[in-house]
Parts: sequence; structure tokens; C-alpha cells
Amino acid sequence: MLSDNLKAKFDQVIARYPVKRSAIVPLLLFAQDEIGYITDEAIEEIARRVEVRPIEVVEDIGYYSMLHRQPVGKYNFQVCTNVSCQLLGGEEILDHCSKRLGIGHKQTTPDGVFSLEEVECLGACCGAPAMQVNYDFYENLTPARIDRLIEEFKANGKA
Amino acid sequence: MSDYQSYMKGSPLEVKVISGRFHLPNSTSIDVFLAHDGYKGLQKALQMGPDAVINEVKNSQLRGRGGAGFNTGLKWSFVPKNIDKPKYVVCNADESEPATCKDRPLMEYDPHQLIEGIVIAGYAIGAHQGYIFIRGEYRYLMEILDRALAEAYSRGYLGKNILGSGFDFDLATHTGAGAYECGEETALLNSLEGLRGYPRVKPPFPAVVGVYGCPTIINNVETLACVPHIILKGAEWYAGLGTPKNGGTRLFCLSGHINRPGVYELPMGFPLRRMIEEVGGGIPGGKNLKSVIPGGSSCPLLTADEIDVPMDFDSLAKIGSMLGSGGVVMIDEDTCMVKVAQRIMKFYAHESCGWCIPCREGTTWLKALLDRFHGGGGSMGDPDTALDISYNILGKSLCPLGDAAAMPTISIVKKFRNEFDEHVRLGECPFESRPVAA
Repeated sequence: MLSDNLKAKFDQVIARYPVKRSAIVPLLLFAQDEIGYITDEAIEEIARRVEVRPIEVVEDIGYYSMLHRQPVGKYNFQVCTNVSCQLLGGEEILDHCSKRLGIGHKQTTPDGVFSLEEVECLGACCGAPAMQVNYDFYENLTPARIDRLIEEFKANGKA
Repeated sequence: MSDYQSYMKGSPLEVKVISGRFHLPNSTSIDVFLAHDGYKGLQKALQMGPDAVINEVKNSQLRGRGGAGFNTGLKWSFVPKNIDKPKYVVCNADESEPATCKDRPLMEYDPHQLIEGIVIAGYAIGAHQGYIFIRGEYRYLMEILDRALAEAYSRGYLGKNILGSGFDFDLATHTGAGAYECGEETALLNSLEGLRGYPRVKPPFPAVVGVYGCPTIINNVETLACVPHIILKGAEWYAGLGTPKNGGTRLFCLSGHINRPGVYELPMGFPLRRMIEEVGGGIPGGKNLKSVIPGGSSCPLLTADEIDVPMDFDSLAKIGSMLGSGGVVMIDEDTCMVKVAQRIMKFYAHESCGWCIPCREGTTWLKALLDRFHGGGGSMGDPDTALDISYNILGKSLCPLGDAAAMPTISIVKKFRNEFDEHVRLGECPFESRPVAA
């Protein structure tokens, strides 16, 4: 079941547009934020609310790289390796995360605490190399800083 | 949040127009904004009348800061005046061009400046609804903007009868969910309508047939942020800050191999060499510069011999490149340009929406070629094959993504051909086989 908060948010977002289906992508993202990934139930509910067939919602999901049909870790490391980050060691940061977490691109640790993803430019070029963990930016990264972050998240993730 | 110190290092050479309030404590609050000329441009615009506003913006020589560099006032003037349809303003905050991170501080430190610009744009074209299309990754900025929008509504700068003028305007944020293609204006419109972000055939242009089939103007965040200043201080003043036909200032994002990476507001036409040496403090470790990406990864790259150029749209076009989105990337002498080409192509192959075959297939093949080549499996004919594929993408897709993939590739192959040859001769990357300093 979707929470009352999320339902209220859905109503508020849909009301912004003259055509309801405009709300599909925002609703998917907000649903994912709450549930952790996009469930069949969320697809049905969104389709019902914006008055399209569920398959039309599914079509959108396939297009947008931030939308997931599977659960991701509690801390989703999204490491940028695009050109500004690459020049300052973005690929080394990605490799370091991969070794430390024991997972590769688009994988999740068995305990469900961490996921890793290589992503395209995050708009953090002046703080390269950079990553996002969920929606939070972490910039001017070093392998040592990654180690500290992982320890910190581990402590929180298992609590 | 971004680290203010990382982004806004400051330089005495800056001319601060749109970044002028960034340093103020609590700069996102409407009270701070109002105490520093906030919403005065809107007040003035409402007295001038829509046509005068459009003319003022046209004469200011403000050109689109998203990268295309089209005269903003002229774009607004294409919206039909007597039409029985609603009109829309869409702010393109889908900042995704690699190396570009200027819209982020504009929204993070001065959200009301952007809102003011959008309301003025709406008034100029006769729209009553606007949307700010923010990339999904910029969630914290959507929260900052949503708070600013609520403040603007509560003080009468949005909603019904704005400042007693009889003009109504509503504005809301809209989030994307990870797709570079949605920064292209017609793909953005499809995305805003809840569809996959595929580009549309132009013409008709969005100014005539945009979102929901209605006249729509789409402007970049930075473009709209300039508008209140132009109205308040006049077109002549704004145009005079830059070079002929390139009005105003520009936020340049210096990144890559540079001592002081950051976002700097400099006059249009500022010399690239001084930008690198004086604003950015030169190349780290006393190394030599090898190449510069002048305006985001879609632009043809420059060699170190080409940096005596004024950074404006026309000067960059004259030397076969583009001013683009303001993302300036310095690349030092120890960098493998084949690897740079490979990484750039990996991006475009990933982001090609697949709608136009030359772009979808071309980027995929170029990526495969460059991957193999950089890995040591290249042959002497590969650079020519890369050029051939690139020329077969160029101008053959509905939106500029295909061109954006082809142009940097062509420039790297042509300008750094010796590095390709060296890969073939050695059977491996000449830069990776030698130790790189930490």
C-alpha cells in the first residue's frame, strides 16, 4: 500500500498539469523514493490516477535511468566517470568502491546495504571526482574519503 | 548541497551580474532577495508592457545559455500574439551537458532570481503557466525552488493579479529522472507530457507548437536569470558588458586539469588564455596544456595553440568550435586523447535515445571502435573509419545529440592523429604504459 503522504503528494503533483499524464515521471520518482523501487502496485496506481494504461507507465520506466524495477541498496553509490571526473581519477574512485564493496556496476551487496553504479555527468564538475549517494553529493573524493564514508554508512545501515 | 568554497572560489576578474547575490547570508530567502533589488525587474516589466520587454531583451543581445546561443528576445518574438491557445514558459534546468555545473549554483544560491526571470518571460509572451524542468539528480535544488515558489506565492509575485497588474502566472517544478536527451528542447517537451523523451521534428518550432500543442518558449536557467537585470538596468548596459552580438556575462565552469576549478562569472568574450592562466591559476604541477573542451563535451576540442580566442559564440564558431554551455575543461599533456574520445563517446552511446538510426548506430559503433582502439587492438585505418562514421551521423538526426557525438570525435581524430598512430605502433596506450604521477 502507498502511504497517505505519498497519495497526498500524488494529488498535489497531478493538479499542476492540464494533462494528467505529465505527472507520470515525477510520480514514479516519488514512489521510488518511498518504496525503494518501482513496484507493480505503484505502476497500477499511477496509471489509474493519470488515466493511462499501465503499459504506458512501464514504457516510461524503461527510458529513464534513475527509475528502478528492482530494490537497490540503502546507500546507492553513483560514481561519475565522465570527462571532468575522469581527468581527476573518477575511474579509480569507481574501482576503489567496487573493490571495497565487493560489487560491480548496478549490483547490490547481499545484505542490501550498498549498491554501486557508474553514472554520467552529475553536474559536480568543479568538485571532481564526485559521486551521489542517493540524492546527496560527495565531491573532491579520494580513496581514503570513500573508505571513511563506507565505514560511516555501514554503522548506520546495520543499526 | 554543493560546497560553496569548491564552486565559488572567486576571482578579481569576475563581473558579477547573476552571481552577485550568491555570497549573501541566507541568499535563498525572499527577504534577502527583496533587500537586494529582487523583483524590481518584474515591477518595471509590468509597467513597460510585453512588447517593450521583448524588445529590451532582444536588444540586450542575450543569447541562449544552454548552448545554442540563439537571441533570446528574438525567440520570444516568434510566439504568435493572437492565438486562441494557452502559452507556456518552460525553464530548462535539466543541466546534463558534461562539464557543466553552472545552473546548480544559480538555483542553489539565488532561486528567486530565476523565478523573477520566468515570470517576466511569461508576461512578455502572454503565458499564464510555467514549469521548471529539473534533472532528477538535482533533488535538493527542487526542494530549494519549491520553498522559494511558496514564498513568491505568499508575497504576490506569483499567482493571480501579480503586483496589482492584472497579470496571472503560475509556476511549478517538474522533475526528470535521468536522461541527457531531455535537455534537448523538443525531447524535454515530450518528457514534460509524460512520454519518453524522444525529439520531435522541427518545424514547427516550440514557439508555435510546444507543450500540449501550444506555443511554448524554453529557456535555460542562466538565460532566464539574466532577464531581471536586463529589464532593470537596460539593454544597452547589458549588451555593453560583452562583445558585439554577445551581450552580458557568462558563468564559466572551469574543470579538469586546472589549479582553481570553479564557476566564475566573466564578461562574454573574455580571453580563454587569461581564463586558464589568471582566473583558473594554470595547469597543476606546472604541466603543459594539451587541449581544451571550450563549452561542454559536445564541442570540438581546441589544441593548446588555439587558446588565444575570445570566449563568445561567434569567436568560437569562427575557429570551428562552439561556446556551448560554459563547461571549460582543461586537459594536460599527460592525458591520452584517445581515452578522452572514448569516454566522450561512451557517454553519447549511453544517452542516445535510439530514435534516429544514424545517431543510435553511429555512437554504438564509434564506442566499440574507440574501446578496441584504446585497448591496443586498433589498426591504422581506424581513425579514418571513425571520421567516416562521424560524418555519417552529422546532420542526420532530429536533435543535436548526434552532432554532439560526432563533433568532438572529429576534432580529436584530426587534431591528435599522432596519438592514434602511436597506439597502433606500440600495440597499447602510450600514456598508460608509462607511470603516471600521483
